[in-house]
Amino acid sequence: MIRQLTSSERQNAAVIAIAVAIVGLAMAAVGRTDVLGVHGVMVMLFAGAVLFYVLSGLYQPEPTEDRETSYYDDPIKVGIVLSMAWAVFGMFMGVWVAAQLAWPNLAFDAGWSSFGRLRPTHTTGVIFGFGGNALIATSFHVVQRTSRARLAGQLSPWFVLLGYNLFCLLAVSGYLIGVTQSKEYAEAEWYADIWLVIVWVTYFILYLRTIARRKEPHIYVANWYFMAFILVVAILHIVNNLALPISWGHAKSYTVWPGVQDAMVQWWYGHNAVAFFLTAGFLGMLYYYLPVRAQRPIFSYRLSILSFWGITFFYMWAGSHHLHYTALPHWVQTLGMTFSVMLLVPSWASAGNALLTLNGAWHRVRDDATLRFMMAAAVFYGISTFEGSFLAIRPVNSLSHYTDWTVGHVHAGALGWVALITFGSLYTLVPSLWKRERMYSAALVEVHFWLAIAGTLIYVFAMWNSGIIQGLMWRTYTEEGALAYSFVDSLVAMYPYYIARAFGGLLFLIGAVVGCYNIWMTVRSAPLAAPLNADVPIAPAVAGE
Amino acid sequence: MPEIFHRKLERSAIGLVIAIIAAASVGGIVEIAPLFTIDETVEEAPDMRMYTPLELAGRNIYVREGCYACHSQMIRTLRDEVERYGPYSLAVESKYDRPMLWGSKRTGPDLARVGGKYSDFWHVAHLTNPRDVVPESNMPAYRWLARTSLKMEDLPLHLAAQKALGVPYTDEMVENAARDAYGQATPDTDFAAGVATRYGDETQVSAFDGVKTDVTEMDALVAYLQILGRLTGAAYENTAAPEGKPNPEG
Ligand code: HEC
Ligand code: HEM
Repeated sequence: MIRQLTSSERQNAAVIAIAVAIVGLAMAAVGRTDVLGVHGVMVMLFAGAVLFYVLSGLYQPEPTEDRETSYYDDPIKVGIVLSMAWAVFGMFMGVWVAAQLAWPNLAFDAGWSSFGRLRPTHTTGVIFGFGGNALIATSFHVVQRTSRARLAGQLSPWFVLLGYNLFCLLAVSGYLIGVTQSKEYAEAEWYADIWLVIVWVTYFILYLRTIARRKEPHIYVANWYFMAFILVVAILHIVNNLALPISWGHAKSYTVWPGVQDAMVQWWYGHNAVAFFLTAGFLGMLYYYLPVRAQRPIFSYRLSILSFWGITFFYMWAGSHHLHYTALPHWVQTLGMTFSVMLLVPSWASAGNALLTLNGAWHRVRDDATLRFMMAAAVFYGISTFEGSFLAIRPVNSLSHYTDWTVGHVHAGALGWVALITFGSLYTLVPSLWKRERMYSAALVEVHFWLAIAGTLIYVFAMWNSGIIQGLMWRTYTEEGALAYSFVDSLVAMYPYYIARAFGGLLFLIGAVVGCYNIWMTVRSAPLAAPLNADVPIAPAVAGE
Repeated sequence: MPEIFHRKLERSAIGLVIAIIAAASVGGIVEIAPLFTIDETVEEAPDMRMYTPLELAGRNIYVREGCYACHSQMIRTLRDEVERYGPYSLAVESKYDRPMLWGSKRTGPDLARVGGKYSDFWHVAHLTNPRDVVPESNMPAYRWLARTSLKMEDLPLHLAAQKALGVPYTDEMVENAARDAYGQATPDTDFAAGVATRYGDETQVSAFDGVKTDVTEMDALVAYLQILGRLTGAAYENTAAPEGKPNPEG
């Protein structure tokens, strides 16, 4: 990998690594009496490892051929590997916390292993670790292929990828040692947040500069989504994480937003993390890999425009549906509900566009589990956006909120949509990237598909049941007009579903492990196909346009 | 026509960037900015007091341990919630809360008004092993809290940061933060008296975890649990009736 860099680029890499190590050293020094010091040491070790790698390759031969005649695929390959590693970690944590809810003693007698600390390692691990790395990797791939230009930087893709993973490591390890802001999906503390801003701005500039090099007059749909993802996530992240550290030597900070305003900002962020991280970015994947795999152009250009702007505009109003019947002013709740219902239109426009693209390729869907992953993802996307609009209606929300129904809804989207579209995209991408003819084993892709579908269905049905039962028990009255059930009664009714959910999650996790094995074997042992001579910059049409 | 316009737009990366920022900004601005300017957003509560340093430390432990992942602190304006948990929550009650801990999931019950519901002793037993008290519970055991001394020397920094953000702590409160935390958990010492002077006579001073000599994280957490819902009485005064169960006929 280092062979792709010139010696001056290698020196720059070393300088950056040294600078980061110095920051780590400073953190370790000023934070030595605090958990901040632990993170300082981690930053130093991370930067040290990168530095070691760069220095050990410093005198390797320089690239000889003109790099502009080929795509820059090394960072994408590493991104895929990282994404799968995080998938296994994050889903393992998911299974663990699921099991803790069923069997609460599945923890050690120490803070780090208790539910409240593990749960955010699950959410961060899957959303940012698995999802984020997959997004970075696929966005690098898609932007090069659709622009027919090489990435506009040799070092910056590595900076983005590795810097991002350093952020994920700081976040996840932080929860275990007790560093958290407690804001859902924004738990990482101020120094990690600042670091992410630096990484993200680099990402944005890299993306924009690559698009500026495109040999195509138009910017392809998938890139609109990736751009919206990068831009809006930056805005959300900065606003929600504005905070005052208690000192430079402490990890702890206090958010600038108090009480009710904090609630609104947090859910404006939280909901749009779903919209722009877990939806827009993955729609970018869908709009590229689905047509490529199905070998059919996107069904409707108009629908793409409608759904893109609909999603970009409507979603940002919807966050307050997380705060129905709370102390948030009523008018904001009503706005949130209204826009959430309207969101169904652009959401179904996307899902419909995807499914109609498959029209005429159904035989491929039948035979090719990879394409079936993407088809199932589009279906789950349709289901969970419908469910989302439904849950945002105030009276429905009065039943569902605070219950497992929300968790079921989240995972219909997270497992059914986010994870399935990712697996489908990776199974398309891996063979083409490593220049293999196909995945090592089509049968294992098939096995993974059915494990994932079974796991998702068991998970979602268990949580629908438990959530609705819970919500109903809380509001059931006896004939005398007293509440019929104590809280603990409702808890006892949940246990069978908690066990079922843990089982469904376990199936899903096993599927991911099978996927890792298959990818690994593809990289290791599958024979080299004849070079795909079309896969170079400034080449004739890419499938799917 | 719009299609032709869009074909132009998608030829320009900068054009797209600006259009995306514009489209995405409206919602947030319309919904968030007025929350700071419209006075009715947060009610008046002249009797509202701030967290003592010990309670604040307890709150931070609540945050650190992720109690919010299972417990809400927001009673909605629904009849069954009011009957189960007490008067619905008002915005003013979390006016000093950074971050808010309204929560989104009730694996356990709402805690917005749990203060005073149980004795300190109950809380300590429950936190030490919930299943000793409620056999069906799936709440984690927090035994180590009683073994871990509370880090008090940083508390002035915590109060100073809160003060900088607008919580009306006085300089005196900031300076005495560590002493006050100690005093609140060690009745009958000289430090205890200062807590009452600075935070009011009604502040609960006690050896929360039953041990008077050492101030542990258990002390802080229980002190925080015992103040929940009791910073102000506003919620108990002339608030509107809660909404009943939604009724399909309207
Ligand atoms: C895995 C979810 C979970 C976590 C995490 C959790 N709890 Fe609980 N909690 C419960 C459940 C379930 C109950 C109801 C059964 C019981 O009383 O143990 C409960 C009950 C309680 C009660 C009694 C409420 C009442 O009105 O009876 C208090 C107080 C409480 N928890 C405090 C905490 C604190 C403080 C933390 C963090 C240190 C915490 N809980 C973390 C699940 C959880
Ligand atoms: C192996 C599969 C998985 C299992 C077993 C699992 C399990 C869980 C559990 C037990 C919770 C906590 C629920 C609670 O507090 O009651 C949770 C929350 C969550 N998980 Fe997963 N999960 C899995 C996969 C995923 C994936 C792939 C994603 C996203 C890409 C995801 C996103 C989330 C989110 C966003 C939450 C927070 C939900 C909320 O606050 O309402 N999960 N998961």
